[in-house]
Amino acid sequence: MTTHYLVLSVLLFTIGAVGVLIRRNAIVAFMCVELMLNACNLALVTFARQHGNLDGQIIAFFVMVVAAAEVVVGLAIIVTIFRTRRSASIDDANLLKY
Amino acid sequence: MNEIAAPTIEYGQLAPMLLVFGAAILGVLVEAFAPRYMRKAIHVPLTLLALVGSFALVLVQVFVNGVPTAPSAMGAVAVDGPTLFLWAVIAVLAFVSVLLINDEDNFVAQASAVPGSIEEEDAEVAGMSQTEVYPLVLFAVGGMLLFAASNDLLIMFVALEVMSLPLYLLCGLARRRRLLSQEAAVKYFLLGAFSSAFFLFGMAFVYGYAGSVDLSAIHQALPNVGGQDTLLVVGTALLGVGLLFKIGAAPFQAWKPDVYQGAPTPITALMASGTLVAAFGAVLRVFWVALGGFEWDWRPVMWGVAILTMVVGAILAITQTDIKRMLAYSSIAHAGFLLTGVIATGGPEQNQNALSGLLFYLLAYGITTVGAFAIVTMVRDAGGEAGHLSRWAGLGKRSPMLAGIFAFFLLAFAGIPLTSGFFGKYAVFSAAVAGGVLPLVIVGVVTSAIAAFFYVRVIVLMFFSDPAADGPSVAAPTIGTATVVAVAAAATVVLGVFPEPMLDLANKAAATLFVR
Repeated sequence: MTTHYLVLSVLLFTIGAVGVLIRRNAIVAFMCVELMLNACNLALVTFARQHGNLDGQIIAFFVMVVAAAEVVVGLAIIVTIFRTRRSASIDDANLLKY
Repeated sequence: MNEIAAPTIEYGQLAPMLLVFGAAILGVLVEAFAPRYMRKAIHVPLTLLALVGSFALVLVQVFVNGVPTAPSAMGAVAVDGPTLFLWAVIAVLAFVSVLLINDEDNFVAQASAVPGSIEEEDAEVAGMSQTEVYPLVLFAVGGMLLFAASNDLLIMFVALEVMSLPLYLLCGLARRRRLLSQEAAVKYFLLGAFSSAFFLFGMAFVYGYAGSVDLSAIHQALPNVGGQDTLLVVGTALLGVGLLFKIGAAPFQAWKPDVYQGAPTPITALMASGTLVAAFGAVLRVFWVALGGFEWDWRPVMWGVAILTMVVGAILAITQTDIKRMLAYSSIAHAGFLLTGVIATGGPEQNQNALSGLLFYLLAYGITTVGAFAIVTMVRDAGGEAGHLSRWAGLGKRSPMLAGIFAFFLLAFAGIPLTSGFFGKYAVFSAAVAGGVLPLVIVGVVTSAIAAFFYVRVIVLMFFSDPAADGPSVAAPTIGTATVVAVAAAATVVLGVFPEPMLDLANKAAATLFVR
């Protein structure tokens, strides 16, 4: 039965998505994005099991590499803004509006 | 033991893309090994030559080897007529954007130095510059080329990231107003990562439905898989969110004005032209090639998105007071006009018309956009570019030439006859009428009229109000910037007065539609 894994994956994805929307710290928001990517990985390997082919598992490896690259770029940007403002809160970054 | 068969890869067909990636990697090596004072002198020719070479290789493919009729690289990348057209367009747009990037004074001396610190001052006095910009741009351009050509959702996801990650960084590297620039980078990064997670989850669901991420396999699975429609509907919706974010369609448009305003203007030019072209290539591929048989389900939603995008873009642009934000909202409205063409599907002939209209529109809009942003870089205050619209008052009296060209670009955005924008809009809207989406075209024409209002308002402001005593100065353009403005103005005139050759070319590119 693969349904349980899918339900778990959707739950994790939703927790991640809600986290991005409501958390204020850029690092935490970013960790929630990573949670969403991992939920995708779970869904991919579940479907790979269901279809009996390896595509989904291989895609999961690609996703891990992309997520790692994203961490490098993301942390660089967040650290820069933290050094400038002494805060990693997304709400503090509010110069651009209207 | 089973042997694993080596995949066949058509290197010749992929050459335009591989050349750009190769030059980007060379650029990284230059950063690692060349002494600091030599780097820019190596980077600029390398980057420009790579883009010229890429363009030339596309021409060789089209006119010598012929347009391939099957996907390359084991079905992962489709180098077909539309792809080759988009590749040529992206190469040209990237080339002119690099000429702008090469201009002095746009990028930060040292990105790691805190704004306003002694460290930053030292770096500026020492004449340092962040030359990593060039390889990053090449990686982004390589990602754009792959994004428009991917025939496989996995490749599309990887291309999306290869395109976006360098752009997130480039957004944060403006020399002046660094707080705005860094803020734009954070916003773009968080929202971009958020949307690509949606794209990925959609890909997982479509894979669950079809058992493959190959676009043609998904197409073939559509009539054969029964009882799993929930997976397909959810997957399509999530894929759509990821892709519509990249083109800046409402309700996923919120990042666009912020990022366009905060990013260094040459990078904004690259994003507003190249990224939009590449993203529309990907949108067409997903919705026409993979989900073409599912159009009765996605078209109604796309109707709503297109209408909302056009209305939001045109109405909010009126309230803007910053020139770059106004151009960003204008770009959102144009994404809406282009979506009208995406929805106008039908028989093969109808699809060809819509596709060739879209290809022409993307070229016309892209080149005019780069020209407009090139002019934005030239109007300067003491603190850098004069972004606020009130500062542009009376510019036409101070430097009529520059203001005249800018007015011409704005008229092209508005779609006035004798400019390229007119024929772009005409081609897309006439295809849309033939495709039975007349209500969308009516909304398109009405929002174009609203959009024309704020373009004309800027023109009136420039020519019919008195310049402020301490108004902005117009920087004498460098050769690069002058070339960009001249090329963009020439292209806007030529495509507006003699559009036939380019329309023919777009028709030929669209004639075979997308290979499966």
